[in-house]
Amino acid sequence: MTATYAPLPETDGRLPDNITHFARALRRAGLPVGPGRVADAIRAVQVAGFTERADFYWTLHACFVSRPEHRQVFAQTFRLFWRDPAFLEHMMAFLRPAVRGVQDEEQANPGAKRAAEALLDGQEREVPKPRDTPETEAVEIDIDASLTASSEERLRTLDFEQMTGAEMAEAKRMLARMTLPIRPILSRRTMARPGPLPDWRRTLRASLRRGGEITEFVTRKRRERPPNLVVLCDISGSMSAYSRAVLHFVHAVSNAKGQGWARVHAFTFGTRLTNITRHMDRRDVDAALRAAGAEAQDWEGGTRIAGAIRAFNRDWSRRVLGQGAVVILITDGLDRDPDGGLDKAMERLSLSARQVIWLNPLLRWDGFAPKASGIRAMLPHVTSFRAGHNIASLQGLAQAIGAARDAGDKPRYMAALRDQG
Amino acid sequence: MTIDSIEDMQNLLAGQGYVCGRALATVGFLSLKLGRPLFLEGEAGTGKTEIAKAIAAALGRRLIRLQCYEGLDAASAVYEWNFAEQMIAIRTAEAAGGADRDLLRAELFTEDYLIERPLLQAMRPQPGGAPVLLIDEIDRTDEPFEAFLLEALSDFQVTIPELGTIKAPEPPIVILTSNRTREVHDALKRRCLYHWVDYPTFDREMEILHARVPEAAEALTREVVAFVQRLRGEDLFKRPGVAETIDWAKCLLALDVVALSPEVIADTLGAVLKYQDDIQRLQGTEAQRILDEARAGLEGA
Repeated sequence: MTATYAPLPETDGRLPDNITHFARALRRAGLPVGPGRVADAIRAVQVAGFTERADFYWTLHACFVSRPEHRQVFAQTFRLFWRDPAFLEHMMAFLRPAVRGVQDEEQANPGAKRAAEALLDGQEREVPKPRDTPETEAVEIDIDASLTASSEERLRTLDFEQMTGAEMAEAKRMLARMTLPIRPILSRRTMARPGPLPDWRRTLRASLRRGGEITEFVTRKRRERPPNLVVLCDISGSMSAYSRAVLHFVHAVSNAKGQGWARVHAFTFGTRLTNITRHMDRRDVDAALRAAGAEAQDWEGGTRIAGAIRAFNRDWSRRVLGQGAVVILITDGLDRDPDGGLDKAMERLSLSARQVIWLNPLLRWDGFAPKASGIRAMLPHVTSFRAGHNIASLQGLAQAIGAARDAGDKPRYMAALRDQG
Repeated sequence: MTIDSIEDMQNLLAGQGYVCGRALATVGFLSLKLGRPLFLEGEAGTGKTEIAKAIAAALGRRLIRLQCYEGLDAASAVYEWNFAEQMIAIRTAEAAGGADRDLLRAELFTEDYLIERPLLQAMRPQPGGAPVLLIDEIDRTDEPFEAFLLEALSDFQVTIPELGTIKAPEPPIVILTSNRTREVHDALKRRCLYHWVDYPTFDREMEILHARVPEAAEALTREVVAFVQRLRGEDLFKRPGVAETIDWAKCLLALDVVALSPEVIADTLGAVLKYQDDIQRLQGTEAQRILDEARAGLEGA
């Protein structure tokens, strides 16, 4: 990992050029590949030699890949590029909008997409044909449909109304006023403040200034850190009135670094679970919501809470609930999952998270019915339950979350459930 | 022993009973040749920590392990002053009557009073050559420590204000592991050679079991591996790693089991699955079904 390198050894072949081109292709496919890595890769290939294709593959893999999810993209790019670099150049033009759809969408004006769709009458874009490759070969090389945006799967994406100036101001006010319902986590890390822990180093240094006499005993205290937040938001039809406020809220807390939550992970679920965390990292709230609206495919559809939470437990819980994270679950609890198993999934979730806060905007006391089996299954496993709050506005949502210090309405509803048998 | 090719690396590790694929051997070889840290990520129990031990043993280097945890700080990772000793030294000097300030300071902050922690130890010359520094489960620490590590690992030096800078004469072989309970920052990953350690294939897992549990009968080993491989395809909260396979084979060996049966599986499942939900899933006919499938797969092969 030394920073100073000897200049690259002279090679007569065109390998360094090709590796550089390959790195460019990877970069366009969305992998974070900088020039430093290219130099490393060239050096690594020279050390490892390339007697075998597999060795060459793994050598480049070690230098260019740094996340498991990049492995697929790398494999595809490698396969295409080292077969015929010129062909790939062409293919990239086709692949790019799919792989980096996020960035492209950002530049598009609102409505531009719909206009284009209307003009094209819903037709698929044609695959650009490579210049020098005969048609037959183009057919033989199976184009990776996995990387292109699939139109069949698009059940329903959502366009949000843009945020108004008044709402923007309200979001700022909300963040300033919002109180967190949780105590910060005590870290093992300490800081130089009066506290219960001895600070030997500073005590000794202070004493040295007085020739070895200990006149004061300096202490430290443990540092506190805010926990991570994971928001699981139901976007099925019955929740449609609330999703905009919830996403605005998530965006506001994601971008308010150092003002409460450490990291914010956001997921939406209707019939499937979608991770929208990276969209929420954008500064512009409208762009973030537009991207999230396009990413999740199941807006205002049915609800499979059990399946979504099972998927979250299996694929994400170990990665995002590791460091004392708090889960906020926003759903009406009306599960339509044919497979069931909601109570098991909820139990697993509550065992993995430090705290589970459930906000239920639809449930009101008078409308409470025993037939809501989803509620019956979920309620025992949440730390705090809030019902009937007006969370269609940012302020109402922040209040509901801020008020979740105790069990909330959980004891009341639990008692009602027991009475109903 | 010199390592000049990827085969050498593979043989070297095999000599320590560590069976690895060509991909991992390539990355390990590059890490040694280029002097770059090796960043291994993967599910728990896939042999990430073991490779560091195997490399250290094979090269005859000292293994220095830094187990990460939340809140790990410089005092437990790099160095700490031995305050109790320093206090005693002050009192002794006072009793002798010669508590000269500058002299005292010069005497108190010397290497005699320094407690070296793993990172500093790794910067020191060791018998047999530069040590292997294993930074285990880096995902458990927090970002500040990651940032510190970035600095320590790029120059292989540590600065102690009272003593000066200590630089490693020869950079240690650094291996970082992560279970991915959170994403480690790209800045750190970028300085390393990355490899995702996956679950092994059937044949490789057979080789691993032959190397690790050679006493087990061939038929039993095949059944165990086939069963675990099937199990990884099930919808489990935590899929069993290679470490679990090895443990299980050892358990079965200790119980003198010659062939798997649903009863034996039910009794020893705790060696393979570590979550109650997962164990419950396999109660009753479920274990029988997976065992039948595994056997069918074996016969088909």
